[in-house]
Amino acid sequence: MNGPHDMGGMHGMGPIPIEADESVFHSQWEAKVFAMSFATFCNYFPVDETRHASERMPPGDYLTSSYYERWLYALELLITEHNLVTPEEIEQRIAKLSQEEY
Amino acid sequence: MPHSHHSESDIALRVRAIESLLAEKGIIDPATLDAIIDAYEHRIGPHNGARIVAKAWVSYDYKQRLLADGTSAIAELGLTGFSSEHMVVVENTPQVHNLVVCTLCSCYPWAILGLPPTWYKSFAYRSRAVIEPRKVLQEFGLDIPDEVEIRVWDSNADLRYLVLPERPSGTEDMSEEALADLVTRNAMIGTAKVYPPRSPSTITA
Repeated sequence: MNGPHDMGGMHGMGPIPIEADESVFHSQWEAKVFAMSFATFCNYFPVDETRHASERMPPGDYLTSSYYERWLYALELLITEHNLVTPEEIEQRIAKLSQEEY
Repeated sequence: MPHSHHSESDIALRVRAIESLLAEKGIIDPATLDAIIDAYEHRIGPHNGARIVAKAWVSYDYKQRLLADGTSAIAELGLTGFSSEHMVVVENTPQVHNLVVCTLCSCYPWAILGLPPTWYKSFAYRSRAVIEPRKVLQEFGLDIPDEVEIRVWDSNADLRYLVLPERPSGTEDMSEEALADLVTRNAMIGTAKVYPPRSPSTITA
């Protein structure tokens, strides 16, 4: 299927963002998204399904998200589609954790 | 990279919520997550690829095996690993410069180079490397003369590439270990060359 991920030859993407001495992850959440994806795609879904999940992101979102935000989208899509966690559980847990912060 | 319309703190909260749910249900083990992160932050990285390159520079026979069948020659060094199961090694020469990209996403030989840098995953690199590689390389400070052919290799989930850079001149007396120290990540993707050490120093063992 065609989509925004098929990016070879696309115009208008600007200069290459080259970072000096870049760290492997830019934040703790990036590291966690990577590790949770790695742990689940070894055990619950194959890596191809994970990549395809990120390609199912709506094009507007795909083009305005950072790399690990796309991974997060894929992870959330797969764990909910495979009924490991429900979307309601995620929203409820977010609400609970954000209350605990105050 | 595009800036998200979500705030970093919202994303971090969402990630913590998912982590706590998956841990609670026994789907992931927090200790395993820490081990995965530690491995990719500290153990798996371009030093693995540099060992392969240095060995190919000092051993003609190894280099021939590496170029003929990258997968098995890399396995000889025990460096086969996740996301690097099928490898093709392409050699830079005075006539040919190789450049690796993944236009579809971010396929990259993790076991050999670690996780890819942000620029490799950027929309700019993914879109432009295949249509204007010379301009892209100029942004990395690398001017490839017009008479040198540039070959661009588009990675995929099943097949990943490693560039064997040219051995710099003046390194004939260096040991394999000292040579490996000269090899950078970007040189193995094709966005840099390998340069000799600035002055003869302690690394010239």
